[in-house]
Amino acid sequence: MTGWQTLLYKEVLRFWKVGFQTVAAPVLTAVLYMLIFGHVLQDHVKVYDTVSYTAFLVPGLVMMSVLQNAFANSSSSLVQSKIMGSLVFVLLTPLSHWGWFLAYVGSAVVRGLAVGVGVFVVTAWFGQPGFAAPLWIVVFAVLGAGILGALGVIAGLWAEKFDQMAAFQNFIIMPMTFLSGVFYSIHSLPPFWQQVSHLNPFFYMIDGFRYGFFGASDVSPWLSLSIVLSALVVVSAIAVHLLRIGYKIRG
Amino acid sequence: MPAISFQSVSKIYPSARGGPLKALDGVTFDIEDGEFFGLLGPNGAGKTTLISILAGLARPSAGRVTVHGFDVQADYAQARRQLGVVPQELVFDPFFNVREALRIQSGYFGVKNNDAWIDELLASLGLTDKADANMRQLSGGMKRRVLVAQALVHKPRVIVLDEPTAGVDVELRQTLWQFIARLNKEGHTVLLTTHYLEEAEALCGRIAMLKAGRVVALERTSELLKAASSNVLRFKLDGALPSEFEDRARVTGRIVQLPAHDAHEIEQYLSVIRRAGLRVEDVEIRKADLEDVFLDVMSEKGVKVAA
Repeated sequence: MTGWQTLLYKEVLRFWKVGFQTVAAPVLTAVLYMLIFGHVLQDHVKVYDTVSYTAFLVPGLVMMSVLQNAFANSSSSLVQSKIMGSLVFVLLTPLSHWGWFLAYVGSAVVRGLAVGVGVFVVTAWFGQPGFAAPLWIVVFAVLGAGILGALGVIAGLWAEKFDQMAAFQNFIIMPMTFLSGVFYSIHSLPPFWQQVSHLNPFFYMIDGFRYGFFGASDVSPWLSLSIVLSALVVVSAIAVHLLRIGYKIRG
Repeated sequence: MPAISFQSVSKIYPSARGGPLKALDGVTFDIEDGEFFGLLGPNGAGKTTLISILAGLARPSAGRVTVHGFDVQADYAQARRQLGVVPQELVFDPFFNVREALRIQSGYFGVKNNDAWIDELLASLGLTDKADANMRQLSGGMKRRVLVAQALVHKPRVIVLDEPTAGVDVELRQTLWQFIARLNKEGHTVLLTTHYLEEAEALCGRIAMLKAGRVVALERTSELLKAASSNVLRFKLDGALPSEFEDRARVTGRIVQLPAHDAHEIEQYLSVIRRAGLRVEDVEIRKADLEDVFLDVMSEKGVKVAA
């Protein structure tokens, strides 16, 4: 393995060794959402005219879990090793900023997908969503996890304590994922809130992802893809720049 | 080509109170290939800042540092391959056991199939039976040994130890110094910062002293010792120190040490004490050591041997 591959391997090993917390717990959370919202809304809501609410909910929950866990992986790893001081072992190595980026974002994608697969396996039991266009599923899952992994790198570099990290997570990441159409089709919203939802990049990640299951979505998957790709480029450019200048990690 | 070259290195930290803090001020010196070099200075003198800049953990505000000719900023990857740094803080990654930590550290440097060297490091540092223990389970001394092993895992030509024996028991100090001395004999350059001046005196061929971010002494250890007053009068005192001695005595509890150049000076000291009506015990005269030189240089009374 080369240097960055070792860092990627170490980062995967890190979350895997505490898999109950990093993989099993988010899967259980998603099942609870499924049980509660599915039970309450199953008979009241139909989406795209034909899709049952539980089936509609499955991809939303999967993608939400992918995004939140991808973010949690890179951000918590960086904050923790900054506070513990063990980041020095990586700082002393010849790894380039690109190596850091690939390793931290790569492991975030791995964690996001691992949780996503887990959530899918247990929630699909409640309502099978089908696989209308599987390639879109993979593309949006990987790109979405990549964006959140890179955002996690930015947040992890910026935060100096767990409190700041929690603020980033609870005041930015959580609302943006919850308000992106995980639990509803934005067509059910009043026009004003539909417009607002269109400004949230998370909406396109989930909408494009859902297209892969149903072959139907609120906006064209190509539009979603272009917006998600642009977001990935912008967020990655910021993350790589911060790593290159050693923002808050090299004095 | 020197192993390490510091060229007019300055570091200025912006500080909340008052003006900016100048941690390093134009530090310039070279460490030759194969040297065992000591970097001494009181707390806050800039030792760790200088080492952080060398290791790429901090950036200089001005000046440049090279390791075997590689600039630590422009050629950081090459420079860091030459360097093995033992950090001062007792840090560890709680997710891994000792062997995993060492394999991962090798991997960062792209060193493959390194188990033979890892086994040798574990054996040399007395860690063999801890290889499968999680880092969290190790005592402080054991964690320190792992830090040393991690720094050496990629076989660096230059070894940097920042206060490696702070708070470490005697046995580890012995093990550690035997091992580092062996590596030095095999051709590795060693840069050491320590508070234990007898360690520096015993191990280092050459010494630089830092004070307030400047090099105030740079000499062979033997020359530094020669430059000091040749003898020290040491005794225990049962009362207050006479004011005549205040500017030159080194006092540790009841123990008083005074620099003495000849018998006449010793007689004078004793007569001052007699006139003050004080009693002395355990009188001895010893050779000046590095601590005397250090105190001399730091109090600016001694001869300056700046670079």
